[in-house]
Formats: sequence, C-alpha cells, structure tokens
Amino acid sequence: MTSVAADDDAARAAEAAARRSYSKLIAFLAARTRDVAGAEDALSEALTVALTEWPVGGVPHTPDAWLLTVARRKLVDALRRRRLDEQASEHLQWLTELQMGDDDGEPAWPDRRLGLLFACAHPGIAPELHAPLMLQVVLGFDAATIASAFLVAPATMAQRLVRAKTKIRQAGIGFEVPQGDALRERLGTVLDAIYAAYAEGWSDPEGVDARRRNLADEAIWLGRLVASLLPDEGEALGLLSLMLHAHARRDARRDAAGDYVPLSEQTPSLWDAPLIDEAESLLHRANRCAGAPGRYQLEAAVQSAHAMRRLTGRVDWPSIERLYDALCELTGSPVAALNRAVALAETHGPAAGLAALDLLAADPRLADYQPHWAARAELLARSGAIDAARQAYEQAIGLEREPAVRRYLQQRAGALTA
Amino acid sequence: MEYMLMIYSDPEGFDKLPASQQAEGMAAYGAYHQALQKAGVLKNSNRLRPASAATTVRLQSGKTQVLDGPYAETREQLGGYFLIDVPDLDAAISWAARCPGAAHGIVEVRPVWAM
Repeated sequence: MTSVAADDDAARAAEAAARRSYSKLIAFLAARTRDVAGAEDALSEALTVALTEWPVGGVPHTPDAWLLTVARRKLVDALRRRRLDEQASEHLQWLTELQMGDDDGEPAWPDRRLGLLFACAHPGIAPELHAPLMLQVVLGFDAATIASAFLVAPATMAQRLVRAKTKIRQAGIGFEVPQGDALRERLGTVLDAIYAAYAEGWSDPEGVDARRRNLADEAIWLGRLVASLLPDEGEALGLLSLMLHAHARRDARRDAAGDYVPLSEQTPSLWDAPLIDEAESLLHRANRCAGAPGRYQLEAAVQSAHAMRRLTGRVDWPSIERLYDALCELTGSPVAALNRAVALAETHGPAAGLAALDLLAADPRLADYQPHWAARAELLARSGAIDAARQAYEQAIGLEREPAVRRYLQQRAGALTA
Repeated sequence: MEYMLMIYSDPEGFDKLPASQQAEGMAAYGAYHQALQKAGVLKNSNRLRPASAATTVRLQSGKTQVLDGPYAETREQLGGYFLIDVPDLDAAISWAARCPGAAHGIVEVRPVWAM
C-alpha cells in the first residue's frame, strides 16, 4: 500500500468515526444549553481538528470522548467571548464539571438523540422545517444540500434553519422525550419528518445527485435510530418497514436503458430480498404492539401486499383496497383517497375507480399533483375515453419533474389509439 | 408575485437529437405550458430564435452601434422564458423544477420588479 492510500484510509476512518459520533455529541451538548447553533459550531471546529490529527496519529480509542473534550473547550471559549450573563455562567459551570468518559470505558453521558429529534419536530417549529432541521442538526447536512432536496432557495433555507435554531434556544424548547399519550402524538411529527427526508431522497432514482441519494439512506438511518430507541412503538417500526420496502425496489425502478419502470411492471427478482424480509419482520413486530395501527403501519402493509407478488405472482388488491379504506378514514389525506381509487379500479374495474376519482377532482391539493393525472389518464384509457385520457396524460407530463417518468408518460400517451 | 423563468441551454444539443426526440422535447414543453395555464399561473411565454439571429444595439459616445450576434457569447444561450405569477419563491422554484429546460439546460428564476 502506498502512503497516499494509507493516508486516504486514515482520513476515511477518521471521517467515519466522526460521523458516527456527530448526532450523539450535538444532542448531548445542546440538550443542556438548547443552543443548537453553538453546539454545531463547537463540534464542527472539533471535527476539523480531528480530521487533521486522526489521519496522522490514528483514531482515538474513544472518538466520542475525544471530540467531546475538544468541542467542550471550544464551547467554553465561545461562551467566554460572549457577554457573561447569568445563563452563560451557569452553562460554563456545567461545561467545566462535565464528566468525561474514562479512556477505555463507555462514555459516561446519556444518549439524548431522541430528545433532539423531538426538539427538531416540535410543534412550535413550522412543520415544513422539521425534516430540514433534523437533516442539519442530527446528520450535519449543509443548508445548500437540504435546499436542493426540498426545492427551496439555498439562502432561504439557511435563513429558515437559523431562525428555527434561534427559536429552540429562545423559546426554551426542551429536549425531553414526551411520555404517555403525548409521546404518541409528538412521535407522529418526528416520523413525518423522517419520512419527508426519505421521500426527497427517493425522488432521485438516477442517483446522479450523490448527496441526495445519500438522503434516503440517512433517513433510513434515522428510522433505525428511532425504532431502536422506541422498540415498542408500532408506528416507529411501521415507518422503518415502509422505508425498507420502498428501498428494496430502488434498483428495479429503471431498466438498463434508464427508462422508468412502474411498480406493476417491475421484475420482482430485482428487488432486494433481504431488505424485504427485514421490512416484513418489522411489520409483524409492529402489529404486535399495543394500540390501533397507525398511518405508517398501514402504508407498510400496502407495500407488503405489493411485495407478495414475488412469492405469489399476484398483487393482493383486495387487501390494498381495505388498507387504503382504513388510511382514508384515519388521515383524510387526498393522496390516500387517490390510491384507494386506483385499488378500486383493480378490484371493481376502471369505471368504479374513475367514479371515486371524480369525487376528488375538485380537491385543490390534487390539482398540481402529477400521480393524480397519471392515474386518471390510465383509467380513462382503460375505459376507452381516449381523448380525455390524452388530455390527462398531457397534464401529468406537464407536471412531472423526472425526465424518465416524463418520457414514460409520453410513450403511454403516444400509444393511445382511438 | 411575478417571476421570470429563463431557460438557458446549448442549442447545439437540441439540434443533434434525432427527430423523434426533438418532437418529444417540444411536446414536453407543450404539456408544461398547458399545466402552467391550467394552474392559472402563466402570464406569458415565448421560445426565442437562436442567438445567431440576435442583434445588439447600444449608444457609444453619442453614436449608435449595431452588432451582429448576442450580448454574451456563451455556450448556453437564453432560449425562451415563462413569466409566471405565483405566491412566493418556493412556488416559483417548484414550477422551475418541472420545466423540461431544467433537464436539458438551466432554469434561472428571477423575480420581477412590481411596476
């Protein structure tokens, strides 16, 4: 091995160790002070030191403790530079007294990551910022990457993130994990944010954008974290199951030529079987948890019914229709109603599906939603209404972002014959 | 608020495509135009002839100077625009992302001064 390669290896090891520690350290440092931005600055300085020192001297035995020591020093410096108000001196004292882990034992500080996730998804922070905030605070994504993923101007996103962090500090949003009924209620917003991050990562099927491809993996990592910290919450397990089911099919969504392949035409042997198995066992565990199944368990069950095709060769549409019935009742979401209409077309024919879609036509939330128009076009085509189908395809094409999906819809429209 | 979505792309890229893909590309623009119209946000839109057809005019030391060609000789040229009226920049960006120009070129989103 050349020395350059050795340096690269050391740098990579340092980076991996630092990344593993990141969320735990931010959570711990910010939990007391609620100063997320301050904790980020201190930790980022500590990481810079680590990335120069570790490749040379090796990764320390307990990287967490090493980073915490350096970050703590940076935080103390920063606090001293600022006005020494009462609160600051209290923080200073806490930082000075901070118990370090001994060199070969486990670090002696509690895991506050779950509390940090709850703070990011706090009802006092605008819901559309929950996912961006988690990606930045827990995973260390920069504002520009997050902005691209959520289709927001980078400067705007940076500003919104700063404001949200200020709110956490000034409004005194706590890092406590809620208990009892409040837990279930607040957990919903945490899971929604993780799923939003996953959905944005999923929407880069070509994988051209390496950073965004990463987003889906990172969201799964967050899902695993929550599921491991709350192993008895059905919805936490349900969300992880849902994401793993979707992830298992990521490579089957494009053919060798890069063309879009819809779920119904995918080759099940291209699906990631071990991932599906894991998703299935999570869903079984979720179903044994206390309480009625929530949104994510139901959606995971839909994906499970689709995945059945790899064993039976058929999709279990009657189950899917029942699951969407339950989802509609539970969430009132127009997207669930749309999917229910699609399932209805499979069980009772295109006319039944279209009738259900007609009831949704006036919903403004679906007016610019591409899948709504694609579904309508498909069902119109199946029932022989060629002109109307062409119109609906046209609308779907105009609303689509992904070139491969646009091409697919254009081909479908082109294949219509009166 | 009004935003101008300006499409910059390399005109040679389009010229090199086979006829079927050119037709597909034009049809995608047609569908996009229709979707903007249906959403009630489209104010105006035009496709521009190639930059080689451009003429620049300016007054220099009291004399009018007329030159052949575009203002800036870059590989990517302004090829067309959509003027839309949407509530905010977020909405403008989400429409820009759907523009076929975002796939074969670059879409610049510029807010318009309210007159």
